Order: sequence, then structure tokens, then C-alpha cells
Amino acid sequence: MRGKCGLFFESYRAEAAVFQSGFQKTCLGLFVAALLLSPWVLDSYFVSMLNLICIAVIGAVSLNLLTGVCGQISLGHGAFLGVGAYAAAQATMHGVPFLAALLLGGFAAALAGMVFGVPSLRLKGIYLAIATLAAQLILEYVFLHWESATGGSRGLSVDAPNILGFAFNNERRMFYLLFSIAALSLLMVTNVMRTRHGRAFVSIRDFYLSAEIAGVNLFAYKLAAFGLSSFLAGVAGGLWAHYTLFLSAEQFNIGLSISYLAMIIIGGLGSVTGSVMGAVFMTLLPEVLNGLSGAISDVLPNISQHINALREGVFGLVLILFLIFEPEGLANRWRLIKAYWKLYPFAH
Amino acid sequence: MEYYLQLFINGLVVGSIYSLVALGFVVIYKATKVVNFAQGEMVMVGAYVCFGLTVQLHIPFFWAFLMTLAFSVLLGMAIERLALRPLIGEAHICVIMVTIGLSSVLKSVVQLIWGTQIKVYPEVLPTTPIMIAGMPVAPVYIAAFALSGVLFAVFTAFFKYSRMGIAMRATAHDQQAAQSMGIGIRGIFALSWCIASVVSTVGGVILGNINGINSHLGVLGLKVFPAVILGGLDSLLGAALGGLIIGVLENICDGLAKDLFDLGGFREVAAFVVLVAILMIKPYGLFGTEEIERV
Repeated sequence: MRGKCGLFFESYRAEAAVFQSGFQKTCLGLFVAALLLSPWVLDSYFVSMLNLICIAVIGAVSLNLLTGVCGQISLGHGAFLGVGAYAAAQATMHGVPFLAALLLGGFAAALAGMVFGVPSLRLKGIYLAIATLAAQLILEYVFLHWESATGGSRGLSVDAPNILGFAFNNERRMFYLLFSIAALSLLMVTNVMRTRHGRAFVSIRDFYLSAEIAGVNLFAYKLAAFGLSSFLAGVAGGLWAHYTLFLSAEQFNIGLSISYLAMIIIGGLGSVTGSVMGAVFMTLLPEVLNGLSGAISDVLPNISQHINALREGVFGLVLILFLIFEPEGLANRWRLIKAYWKLYPFAH
Repeated sequence: MEYYLQLFINGLVVGSIYSLVALGFVVIYKATKVVNFAQGEMVMVGAYVCFGLTVQLHIPFFWAFLMTLAFSVLLGMAIERLALRPLIGEAHICVIMVTIGLSSVLKSVVQLIWGTQIKVYPEVLPTTPIMIAGMPVAPVYIAAFALSGVLFAVFTAFFKYSRMGIAMRATAHDQQAAQSMGIGIRGIFALSWCIASVVSTVGGVILGNINGINSHLGVLGLKVFPAVILGGLDSLLGAALGGLIIGVLENICDGLAKDLFDLGGFREVAAFVVLVAILMIKPYGLFGTEEIERV
């Protein structure tokens, strides 16, 4: 916790509080209120953007818990999302109520995550990254070839979510559902980071040997991190399935895993705010590119053919530039901006 | 049985290309401890540049090949200088992500210039098959296998006997000690990227002669991981053997899966199933250095 000017703590409890000042609380309250009202003002395209961002936020914050907080690199996050998506879709197709199906999807993903997390006891760093890469590719193969469960290459259509007879069948209704679950998961991860478990995760990330000497059971905690992270990923997957109403195996390819990793790197490793910023950034980037290419299509008429290649190139370039020039991510930049204005005009 | 023999030979040829790419991967990892996720894209860029020179600019194949090699040296240096050097000493995840970003950029550049259609190389070698053990084998396969063998021998000799190669091994072993003996670490890093880029390019050109090239060639880079993990991340011999074994294994597994379980496309994952098994049993591979940690 970084000390702030004029804030003095008299107890550890106060220091570990989520909100350290009333000002923060008010600001966040106003922000949430504005978000809650926004679907009534914005048109449905922007609301759909908000919805995609909500799903990305859940996925990013869960990966950040595993990679940013606990230090376990995972290149298989997209596949765990897929496990949750298919499990939740199958559950609702067999008549399980939506919320129960969502939890079921989460548990299925957690199970998959923990199975592939078992090697994490022996593997560190790059070896773990390669093991999770294998998990990603193997699960992708399963999605494509287990036709009775996933529909294979034909895909699987899913019904809109329905809670106690209330159907979430348009963008605005979906927004409230997605927003509340995204907010819940943010709250959950924030709180996990403040507990004994969260501190154990951080100690494993910082130096696993000291953590073990201090009495942290490495295997149990690493497995817990994989399970918790994959659970949330599964929930995000289930929501995604019921939002897009169609699942295909290509949705959960390695590109998805990489884009989630990019989100947490661009946002800031180990930071909840950073996950949100990264998710917003990575979801809006392709849309902004589409808009730009539309705007210059008069000058360069062929640009629409190259839009996919361009998108990929810009994505890679943004990732490289962030890693070189802003390795701490957007969250850190945001903190610096706030610090600058706090002392303005007497910044030293 | 003949079918499996054919699969075995195919596996050896594909495996020799895996070996080449794995060789590049291991050279980088040995010297700089960077895990290069862009290896497959380097293969692709090399293949496309050679294609562009021979087919689009009508340069004879031999000269085009040499020019491609020169280009790949520059590419390797540029990558090291621009993307990797600023990240020396950063966490694993940052270095991994920068190579992933690099792979996106390289793929996108190739797609912007050459599009996504499959491209076919001109015939360089005769097409009449040569009979080996009663099996018809295309000459290009034999050339591929031989070229990989030669390159492997050249690099083994380079690392064993040349001054530069010994300096690279010293750097890999202990950077600080190497530096204090007067070895320029930066030069070594640049050189290792150049070597990796050159061997990937050779792999790409061979692959282009066998199958033609398309913009999904980069997937090959992922196949390298099973090979290097099997052989040991920092062993040249391991890379060569690992590539061959994985190449043969995935072809045979693919044939078995088709015969026994009627599963299509198992080739794509067979290597990764093997990879998980190796990581569980022997994470440092056949010839890799085991990391021993003491408190």
C-alpha cells in the first residue's frame, strides 16, 4: 500500500481497507451510478461495447489473480473460458436454471484449471508457460472434436439467459446482468488479495522459497490460485456464451489467451484497477481501428481487405511498445497522473 | 505396415525441419535465456522473402537464397536491438509477451505484403522420386534431411571449436563471468538472434519447397516447444533429436489415431500430449541441464 499525503493509519485494519478515504468512495459511487444510467442514454452499439467490456473485465481480473498476483504464467486462460462456456451452455440446454448453470460452468473450468495446474508444483516460469500452452492446444482440439458436447466445427447455439422467468434478451437487460457479475468478481478478487490467501499468493510470486520457509504450502496455494482464477474464467465464459448466443471452437483459440495476457500487461500486473483498464483498452482497440479504417477508406479503398492483418499488427505493436515504455501498465500511469494533480501547482 | 513406413519417413522430414527451427530456438535460449515465441514467424518471413525474390523479382534461386540469408541476418539483429534489448533483466512474462507481440507484427507484415493465399515455390529439384528401401521418396525430402544434418554439424563445430562459439557458450553458462573475461555480451546476444534467424529461414525455404507457403506457417513455431522440451531447452543435440522424434511421433500417432479411433487431425495435438507427459516425468528433457536450487 502506498502511503498517501495526509492519510495516517492507526490500525492495520484501516490500512488494508478497500477505500481509504471518503473521496474515493464518492468518486467510485458517482462512476458506478453514471455507468448504471448509461444504457438509457447510449445507443445499443455502445451498450454492446460495455457488455463485451464487462465480460473481458471478469476474464482479465481472474487471469491477473493467477499471473499478476500469484506469478503463475498461464497461456491457457482462453481455453478455460471455453470449458466454462461449453459447460454452462450444455447445462442450460438440459434445463438447469441460468445462475446454477453459470456456477456449474465455473466449477467445470476450475476443475480443468486445477488439472492443468498440477504441473505447476514442479514447473516454474517458462516451463509452466509451455505446459499451459499445451493445455490450451489440447483443450482446443477437444472443443473441435468432441462433437456431442460442443457441436464441433458446426458450433452450438445457446438460449438467452432467463432468471426466474425474466428474460435478458436485449443489450440493456444484458448490461445489468453482466455489470453486476463483473462488479461482484472485482469485489471478490479485491477482497481475496487482502486476505491471508492473497498475501500467500503475493509471497509465492515474489520468492517462492521464502514463501515456503514462511510456512506457505506452495502446492495448495498454487492450485488454489489456478482453481479460483479458472472458476472466474469459467463464469466469464458462461456469460459470453449466453451473451453471443452462439459458441464455436475458434472463439477460444490461443489468440484469446494471448489477448487476456495483453490486457493484464497493458493494464498493470497484479492490479485490479489495471485489469479493468486493460480490458477496456483491448476491447475498444479493434473497434477504434475499424472506425479509423472506415474513415480513411476514401483515401485508401483497399484498406478493408487488410483490416485483419492490420489489427493483428497494431495489437503486436501496442504490446511491444507498452512492454518497453510502460512496463507497469496503465494503472501505474493513472496513479502518476493523480499524484501530479494532487500537488498541482506545487509538483516538485 | 508400408503405410506406417511412409509415415515414418514423412515424420523424419518434417522432424528435420522442426530440428532446424528448434536449433534456432535453443541458440537464443542458451545465450540470452529468452523463450522465443516468434520463431515460427521468423520461419515464415524467411520463406516469404525467398519466394518474393525468386518468383516476383525473377532472381535465380541460388542467389535469391543467399540474399534471403543476408536479409535474415539483418532481421535477427533488428529484432534483438529494437525489441529485446530494452527488456534485458525483466520478468519472464514480459519477455515472453514481447516475443508474442513480435510474432503478431511479423505475421501482419507478411499478410499485408503477400496476402493470405498459399504460394508455390518454383521447382528447384527434380520431381522423379528416388527409391529408398523400396519406398519412393521425393528428392526434396532427401535434400531437406541432408541440409538439416549439415547445418547441425556446422553449428556443433561452431560451438565447439570457434572462438565466437566458445564465447557464446561461456555467456550462456555465466553472463557475469563471461563479461569479466572480456566477452561483449551485446554482441553475443545479437549474434544468437542472427543465427536463430538464419536457421529458421533455411527451415522456411525448405518447407516452401516441399509444401508451398501460406500465412499460417507460423504455427510451426508452437510445434518447436515439444521438441525442445523433449531434448532439453539448452541442448543443441537435444534440439536435433527432439525435433526428429516429435516429427516421427506425431505422424505415427496421427496414423494410429485414424486407424484405431477414427480421430482426424490428431497430428496437431499429439506432440503436445507428449509434451505434457515429458513435463510431468522429466521436465529438463533428455539432455537439458537440471536446475538445482539450494536455499
